[in-house]
Amino acid sequence: MIRMFLRHTEPAGRRSLRYPLLAAGLLLALALPWLIYPPVAMDIACWALFAAAVDLLLGYTGLLSFGHAAFWGSSAYAAGLIAIHSGLPFPVAVLGGAVLAAVLAVPIGYLCVRNSGIYFAMVTLAFAQMVYFVANQWRAVTGGENGLQGIPRELFGLDLSDPFVFYYAGLPIVLLGLWVLWRIVHSPFGHVLVAIRDNSARARAIGYPVERYKLLAFVLSAALSGLAGGLFAISHGFASLQEVNWTTSGKAVMMVVLGGIGTLWGSTLGAALVVQLEDYLSTSGFDGIGIVTGTVFVLVVLLFRQGLWGAARQLGAAADRALRRSRRPPPPPPAGPEPAEPIPTSSTTAR
Amino acid sequence: MSSFLQQCFNGLVSGGFYALLALGLAVIFGMLGVVNFAHGAFFMLGAFGAYIALAEWGVPFWAALFVVPALLFIFGAVLERTLIRRLVPFDPLYNFLLTFGLTLVLQDLVKREYGVQSQPYPRPAELSGSLDLGLFDYPAYQVFVLATAVVLCVAVWLVLTRTRVGMVVRAATERAELTRALGIDVGRWVTPVFAFGVALAGLAGVLAAPMRAVNPLMGADLIIAVFAVVVIGGLGSVFGSVLAGFGIGVAQSLGNLYVPALSQTLIFIIMAVVLLWRPAGLFGREEART
Repeated sequence: MIRMFLRHTEPAGRRSLRYPLLAAGLLLALALPWLIYPPVAMDIACWALFAAAVDLLLGYTGLLSFGHAAFWGSSAYAAGLIAIHSGLPFPVAVLGGAVLAAVLAVPIGYLCVRNSGIYFAMVTLAFAQMVYFVANQWRAVTGGENGLQGIPRELFGLDLSDPFVFYYAGLPIVLLGLWVLWRIVHSPFGHVLVAIRDNSARARAIGYPVERYKLLAFVLSAALSGLAGGLFAISHGFASLQEVNWTTSGKAVMMVVLGGIGTLWGSTLGAALVVQLEDYLSTSGFDGIGIVTGTVFVLVVLLFRQGLWGAARQLGAAADRALRRSRRPPPPPPAGPEPAEPIPTSSTTAR
Repeated sequence: MSSFLQQCFNGLVSGGFYALLALGLAVIFGMLGVVNFAHGAFFMLGAFGAYIALAEWGVPFWAALFVVPALLFIFGAVLERTLIRRLVPFDPLYNFLLTFGLTLVLQDLVKREYGVQSQPYPRPAELSGSLDLGLFDYPAYQVFVLATAVVLCVAVWLVLTRTRVGMVVRAATERAELTRALGIDVGRWVTPVFAFGVALAGLAGVLAAPMRAVNPLMGADLIIAVFAVVVIGGLGSVFGSVLAGFGIGVAQSLGNLYVPALSQTLIFIIMAVVLLWRPAGLFGREEART
């Protein structure tokens, strides 16, 4: 049973903030290549979509997938191969990769969703490793350890060689993916997922086919991870074994936890921070990025489980309460401090 | 026929490593409800410990076989006390993530010091020859590894089933609350059990040093296969994990002989079949799955 995961869905009660936040996020996304090195901006965009897709499973369905590199990576290879061999515009190649990831997710998901919790994490990890070995051995297609090189960026003959320009060509795909995720999370389907996360036995008793819902969430999440992975491969011009390695799965989970489980905004924030940190470390010549990222991750899991976005939201809620209390002199029933690890109850599910 | 038997023997030897690691994972999972991702890193530390001890201080293999696991026992105990324990009350996934972070740290620390290339480690002189096993000659060291793995697994099994300590551990694994209610201090055993699992992984690492490449990634490659072994055997089942460890080792070796293309993926295919047939693993209990 997923007992202790943070329960929040997107704040349904704070609609007043939603659109300003959305506008600010969009502006930031548009301004990003001006603010930082454009290839890094593209990396952030891809990883943000990947992390948000992983969060669809972790935060909204309560399934920790430790094998999403399989979908990110296989789509990277597929998108690369389509772009190399067909000369189609790159969005088509990326879409092709996402379709392959979704197709791959059907059998893997079918086997995985029969389990949950820690078992699910181990099984997804194992299947991802299988994909890794296949990619490693199938040299004729994937290039083995050399990777797949020379992936073109084709879009109706436009010159996209400048990373700054390519960012704006690729950004719509990421935004589309994030929009789809947002729609999923706020749809009735998304609410059923949250119900399954909080109490799968009850969801089953109400009559929802829990396994089928989990499988659909798994496939959707894989497809969106594929979208991100394909774009990542195109933007780098190559796809390597690193893309299907277990560390890639772990990195996506790390971003989600850092940003805050169950918050799509948090995932994008976590992605931005992790990519920036790794970029900073590698450009400053520090050898052993894992020492820093691993330590950060350990600290976050130990001390800061609600993540950045979760913490911000808690602060916001506390400010809200304080404001309300100061407005009404007779104090309302004592609103104790927010419990650090709220235990989800069914009443806190999607409203 | 002889090559078939020889492959079986190879399989048992590599299965011995699976079994030792899976055994540690199973004991830790049973006692703490934690799946220790860093188990592979501890295995790697064991191998590096032996290598460093020999290269820096000239500590021979036989001494390393005892010293390195003892050091890792202490390391494991400290880790449990300082980090793992804090997350036990929460969802087990948090400890999975914590140990994942630890894996990254340990792996990159070693990588930073020693690079990614493999370090050589000589076989102990006493075991450098080969033994005549009747049908074929076999390297004496591999026979020693297999014998050690079997003896350790049997010893752990005996401790678990025949001694009072084992009884407490098994009771705590099955129903921790009830065991506590019966007046047994379960918390006392948590640290030693975790540290024991870590030491077992370290011992496996020392055993692996003379026959496998000593490099920082050796544990990560192995641990995911061990996860598959544990899933096949049934999470939480000590017996199932050990049996699946040896069984998968043999299956993989035979796969190597007859279908070399599948040598690396075979274990995951077996896992998929087992999941279809028995989602809780061959010897697992249903409740361990949630």
